[in-house]
Formats: sequence, C-alpha cells, structure tokens
Amino acid sequence: MSDEITVKDINAHDKELLTDIQDALANCMKCGNCMAVCPIYKEIGKENAVARGKLSLMEGVLAGKLPISEKFEEAMGMCLSCKACASNCPCGVPADELIVRGRQAVVKARGLGPIKKKVFALLKHRQLFDFSLRMAGLFGPLSFKKLPGKMGNIARFPMPGMDVKRVTAPMSATPLRSQYPETIKVDKPKMRVGFFTGCTINYMYTDVGQATLNVLKANNIEVVMPSLQHCCGTPVFYSGDVESAKLFAKHNLETFDKYNFDYIIASCGSCTEAFKIEYIHMFKDDPKMKALAEKLSKKTYEISEFLVDVAKFDKTKLGPVNATVTMHDPCHMVRGIKITKQPREILKAIPGLKFVEMGKPDRCCGSGGSFSMAHYDISRQVNDRKIADIGSTKADIVATSCGTCRMHIMDGLEQNKMDKETLHVIQILDRSYQAGKR
Amino acid sequence: MQQSQIDTLKQIVGVDNVLTSVEDLYSYSYDATPGHAHMPDAVVKPANTNEVSQILKFANTNKIPVFTRGSGTNLCAGCVPTKGGIVLLMTRFNKIIDIDLENLVATAEPGVVVADLNTAVATHGLIYPPDPGTVATATLGGTVGNNAGGLRGLKYGVTKHYIMGLEVVLANGDIMNTGGKNVKDVSGYDMTKLFTGSEGTLCVITKIIVKLVPAPEASKAMMAIFSDLDDAGKAVSGIIAAKIIPATLEILDNSTIRTVEDYMKIGLPLDAQAILLIEVDGNPIVVAEEADKVVKVLKSNNASSVNMAKDSAERDSLWAARRAALPALAKLRPTTFVEDATVPRNKVPDFLRAVSAAAKKNNVTIGTFGHAGDGNMHPTIVCDLRDAEEMKRVKVAMDEMFKAAIALGGTLSGEHGIGLGKLPWMEEQHGPISMNVMQSIKRTLDPNLILNPGKLVGEC
Repeated sequence: MSDEITVKDINAHDKELLTDIQDALANCMKCGNCMAVCPIYKEIGKENAVARGKLSLMEGVLAGKLPISEKFEEAMGMCLSCKACASNCPCGVPADELIVRGRQAVVKARGLGPIKKKVFALLKHRQLFDFSLRMAGLFGPLSFKKLPGKMGNIARFPMPGMDVKRVTAPMSATPLRSQYPETIKVDKPKMRVGFFTGCTINYMYTDVGQATLNVLKANNIEVVMPSLQHCCGTPVFYSGDVESAKLFAKHNLETFDKYNFDYIIASCGSCTEAFKIEYIHMFKDDPKMKALAEKLSKKTYEISEFLVDVAKFDKTKLGPVNATVTMHDPCHMVRGIKITKQPREILKAIPGLKFVEMGKPDRCCGSGGSFSMAHYDISRQVNDRKIADIGSTKADIVATSCGTCRMHIMDGLEQNKMDKETLHVIQILDRSYQAGKR
Repeated sequence: MQQSQIDTLKQIVGVDNVLTSVEDLYSYSYDATPGHAHMPDAVVKPANTNEVSQILKFANTNKIPVFTRGSGTNLCAGCVPTKGGIVLLMTRFNKIIDIDLENLVATAEPGVVVADLNTAVATHGLIYPPDPGTVATATLGGTVGNNAGGLRGLKYGVTKHYIMGLEVVLANGDIMNTGGKNVKDVSGYDMTKLFTGSEGTLCVITKIIVKLVPAPEASKAMMAIFSDLDDAGKAVSGIIAAKIIPATLEILDNSTIRTVEDYMKIGLPLDAQAILLIEVDGNPIVVAEEADKVVKVLKSNNASSVNMAKDSAERDSLWAARRAALPALAKLRPTTFVEDATVPRNKVPDFLRAVSAAAKKNNVTIGTFGHAGDGNMHPTIVCDLRDAEEMKRVKVAMDEMFKAAIALGGTLSGEHGIGLGKLPWMEEQHGPISMNVMQSIKRTLDPNLILNPGKLVGEC
C-alpha cells in the first residue's frame, strides 16, 4: 500500500459519511419547487444556494464525483434552516434535515470553522459559558452603545465578525435566572410548570423572561426555572455538531425530568422545538434516552400555545394596549412546531389592540441563528424584504416569538430608519395585564 | 475548454459571472428530468444583450457548445449541457421592462419568473394566461423556449398564443428583433412563432413582448366521478359540443385516484375509473349559466356524483385531489417521469387505456392525470433510476405509450418540449421529410451547431 492519499481515497472516505441518507436524497425529483420559497436563493440566484442544488452536491459526493471541499462546506453553510423548502416539497423530502446532515459530514471530514469551534467549545462547558456571558453583560456597555428606549445595542468600536453598524441584543448584567429564585411561588397554584429559559432570554432578552414570569403569575401558575438547565443545543445541532448537541440534550432532559413538572414551557420557538421534536430525533438509536425525550416532549409547550390551549389564560384581567400590532412568524414556530394561531389569539384578545397581518408573515426574517454572524450581508438583504412587509402595515409594534428574530428585525428597522418596537407576544400580553391592574 | 477561453468569457461578463469550480459545474449538470446529467466547462451569467452577443460570437468562432438555461425546471432534459461547453445562465435578465396598458402588452426580460410577471400585471386587473405547474419557479424565457402550456390551455391557449415579439441573439452574435406590439402582423415569415418553442436550438432569447388579457371576473368549479372511462370521455366531448369552453377540464385516471386516496384519505371511490374537474370562468352571469349546463352534461353522461363548489373554500377542496395527483404519485418511488403526450380530445379514453395496458404489460407504475379538455395527458411513471432492470421495463413502457399516442393522431409533447427525453420518437411522429426541413432550418441559423446541439431535432 502506498502512503500517498489520492483524490479517489478522499472521495471514497467522504462518500461513507453520507451513505445512510442515499435513499432520502434519491427522493428529490429535482422539480425545483424549493426555488420558489428559498430566501437565500432569492438573493443569490445560484443553484447550490437552493435545496435542490445542495442535495445534488451531496449526491455528487455519494457518487464519488465530488469531495467534501471548502466549496461544499460553503454551500451547506448557505442555509437559514428556515424549513421553507421542506414544507413546499411535493415529494416530502426533509431537505432542511438533509442539509444539516451535509454539515455534519463537513464537521467530520473537515472540522468546524474556527469561529464556531471556539464558541461551541465554550458552549459545551456550562459554567464557563455562563461566566463569559455574564462578563459580557457586565462589560458590554463598554463596547456597545445602548439604543435609546429599545432593547438594542450598536457597537462602539469594530468587533471581530460583526458589522459595525449592526444592532444586537444587549447582554444583561444579571442573567434572568439570577434575578429570581429558582421557584416563583403563588398562592394555591393551579399547576406547576418548568420554564426552559433558553440562552437569549436568560442572558440577553431578560425582558421576555420577566414578562413570561409575570403572565404566568397573573394566571396563578407556579414557575420553576431549574438552575442547572443549559443551552437547548439547537445552534450546535444546525451547525452539524450533533455529538455536542446530544450532550446538551441529555443534560437538559435529565435535569427537567427530576422535577416532575406538570408542563414544561419555553418562550422561544427553537427551544420548544428542541424539547418537542429534535431531542427525540437525536436519540433515535438510544431507546432509553428516546423514551425520556418522548416523555418530556408530551409535556412541552411554547408559551402562547400553553396559555391558549392548556392554561386558558385569564382574559378578564386584561387592560388596554392601544397600538397597531403586526406579527412575524419565526420559522421554527410556523414550520417547526407549527404554531401560528395561538400567538394571534392572544394578541386579538387584548383590548385596544389593532392587529394587522403583514404580507408573507411566515417568510424567514433572515437571521437563521448563527447564520447572520457568518453572512450578515445576505442576512440583511433577506431581512430588508421583511422590513418592507412590516413597513406597509403601518404597525407600531412588531410581535414575534423568537429572540434572534427580534434582534434581526430590530436591526432591520434601525438600518431602514423605521421607528417601531419589536416585542415578544408575551411582553404585549404582560403590558395588557399591567394595564388591567391600574 | 482551455483556460484562455475561460479568460475571454471573464473579460466579457466579469470574473464573478463565470463559474468554473467543480461544485458549481456539477450544480448545472442537470435539470428536472431524471437520468440525464453532464458537466459543462463553464457557467456564464451575462447581464445584457450585448454580452450575450459577444459570448455567442466567441463561442461560434471557437465552436463551443452553448446551453441556455433559466431556472432549470424543464422535464425533457432541455438544458442539460450534454456536450460540455457553456451553460448560459439567463437569470440576471430579471426585469419587467414595461407594462403597456393601452396596448395590453408587457415587455420583460427572459429571467423574470412567470408568477412575478403575473403578480405585476394583476394590479392592473390583467393576466398572462400560460400557467405551467412550475409557474412559481420557471423563467419566462424557459417557458417561451419550451412553448409551455398549463391548466388553462383549453380556453386560453399556450405560450405561443401570447408571444408578440422577441429580441434574440443568433448563433453568430447578431441581434435580431421579431414581431412587435401589433395585434395584426403578417409581414414576413412568423419568426416569433418559429423561435417560440425552439428550445434554445436556434437563438438565445433576450427580450419578450407578451400579450395580456383581462382577468376573468368570476369562476365556478365542479367535480364529477365516473365509474366508466368512456362516459367520462363522452362528458368531455359533450361539454365542448354544448359550446362551453371551460378554463380547465382536468381528468384523473383510476391509478391516480387510488394513489391520491391512499395519500390523502378524502373519500374518493377506489373503483372510480375517472374524475373530471371542471372550471368555467368569465362574466358572472355567463359563468352561472355555463356551470348549470356543464352539470347537466355530466349527469346525462352517467356521472356517479357531481359536486359544485359554493365558495372558495369548497373550490379548494374540489381541487385538492387534482393538486395532490403529482405529489402523491411522486412519493411512491424515488424517480418520477412526468410525460405530456397529447391526443385529440375524443381519443383521451383510448389513450388512457393504452397507457394502462403498457403499465400492466411491463409491470411499471404509471398514473395518468392531465388536461382532458385539450387532450394533453400526463402519464407519470414512478420508478427507481438506480434499478437497471426496472429502467429497461420503463423504457419499453414509454416506447409503447408514445407510439400509442402517435397512432391515435396525437403528439409526443403538448407542453413540455422534446429536448432529449422525447427525441427518440421524433422521426416516428414527423417522418423523414419534416425532420429534414427542421434540421435544415437548424443548420441555416446555426451552421456550427453550437446552440443546444443534439436536442429537439437531433444531431444535424
């Protein structure tokens, strides 16, 4: 045997990484319907920007015709994981999941990119992660300028990997879970729920967390925020680092299981999706963990879904919120956990609130979680279309149910010089309950 | 292609608009047709007519094949770069240049997506009627190149009925204009019609003038179920004989009905031999009258059930079965061939029987649905391209199917085009004289055979 590694050897090795999805890829009939809905394809117009092209590249690797190259990695990275392709596919091909598999193959063949590698290594270490985000909260004001009256920041000086003019979420000086005791008691609670805060709410949008707690309190529900909870794992999962994601999943499942809650709630579509759907998929080959994931999945609800379908939120205590509100549906809400009616039902129940539907409310805002860090320019183009749709509603407030959507829409409004608030649905409901007290 | 040739292309369109990485070339090696793929040497994205002209002049001098492409959604391998060379990607030609409300015409570039054109004209109460299944993705240029049809073909016709004029670049780089905004125009050979449907073999289209029509004010949808195929056939002819031209008149055969029912569980009778879906449109009063007449014709031809939609929600539920036809069939197996053999309207039942016979004889799964009103059927073959033995049987079944269509006085393609997919049967349909005439047109306009060579009329 020669020591020299040939192109053929590399291709043969790469091929093995994708063998188990061969049949799933073959189901794509190349009709190209995904082109109609892919936000990235709309901006870039290149075949390998759209699902059909990405799936074909994977087939090329499987056929031994292409290596898992830098260009392959680039193509797999050009995806917001918005799931629009999968939901528009006549053949039912789960292209979004297959693209994650493509990224997974990249991680195995080429390793994670340098920035993600550092961030995810930090993420794996729960205490260190907590510490560094707290530090960012304490020292954040030094590097970021707060936008007046909004939960937004603009960098004071250039940050690596970040556009100078970009609006980001402020890092909170005190994370949500440090602001409150682990259990928030109420008199004679009608139920006891576990609150999975997720990272954006714990470290950045603590206002959403506070609103969630206030609303649950107003509905006479005891809330526990298990102190050992960790990142849901979605960001690492979508980057293809499935093994790390599984570590997070296992930790969270075991942590929450111990409390034996009536329900588990989250105020973030992606976190809810992790508990409801992704964890079960992740442990498909581990019967014991899969059973645990299924058990907790049945108890898990997104906050608006929980308030409408389970807790039947108290409408008698609502006070007026005099504002025109429009709603952006986060991808992982509308196509992940398929929740669109409940947040609207909440908004429409609020006295004085005028609800206006924007054009294409379910189109991706362009954030794509960590996508916008690596590809801010494209992310901004996708978002500008969303901002135009928001603009034509003349709404005062944009409601959404996802931290990264909120951040990206806030940035878009600022870049497009539009003076509007961007809030989580639960914050508007909280305002209504506060107004009801007066 | 040599590096120096790639460099020349880069000089014409700019470095960023010439793609040569193996990944990019692989991405443009296929279209929506199973079983055909070939890598080009370069993907070139011109921005304007002048660049297209320079590219063709250069390619013609150096005898480099050029394969023009829009969204790549065609079903006949029409834009697969079978001989390498250049894929000419026209998606940067994405502007609607003008909507002329006095003449009811629009001028647009070929890279505009058909649905986007329709959205733009809808604000003026107008429609551009050709509506192929890929309307949300296909480019205008692609649909002109393939003379695409759609669901409304029976009443509104196909693409060629709406193309009034073109700007094209010939193989030698010359820029030529055909037709214009004149409703009546008999000056010279009708080059607009010749280039419409020429599948990129005669020229590259760079500008398109289309006719627009007022949007219908009202429409009414009906669905009828038949336990006898001939009764369904007679109902189709009966509707036309009653002097009603529905906008759509669709049929689903038994194997499609069973597949759809299995997939959607909407209560379709599994023993039904045909379902007809009819929609009339136009003036509200006329629409109501016509809908009643259609129902009478359906009942007098022994429809076992007839449903008329009362509102748009009911209309949607009637359409559900038709809309699910392709997805339901496509989900059965990995590979899907959607064909479009077309026969005279009164031969539809005969053709459906011939397709079923070919499927049974060769043990191949074929579901047929399609536009019964204009005889345009979509026999849809589902199989697995990776199974060589099955593919042999699929080929035989296809051969029997196309020959049956020709024997019934039909044609190989009603709306998808010939490309490579249906090339083997062209001589059978047209005979040697027609083939020779078509090939000499090709040789005259493209003497070096650089434009989509080997397609539509074959090797010249």
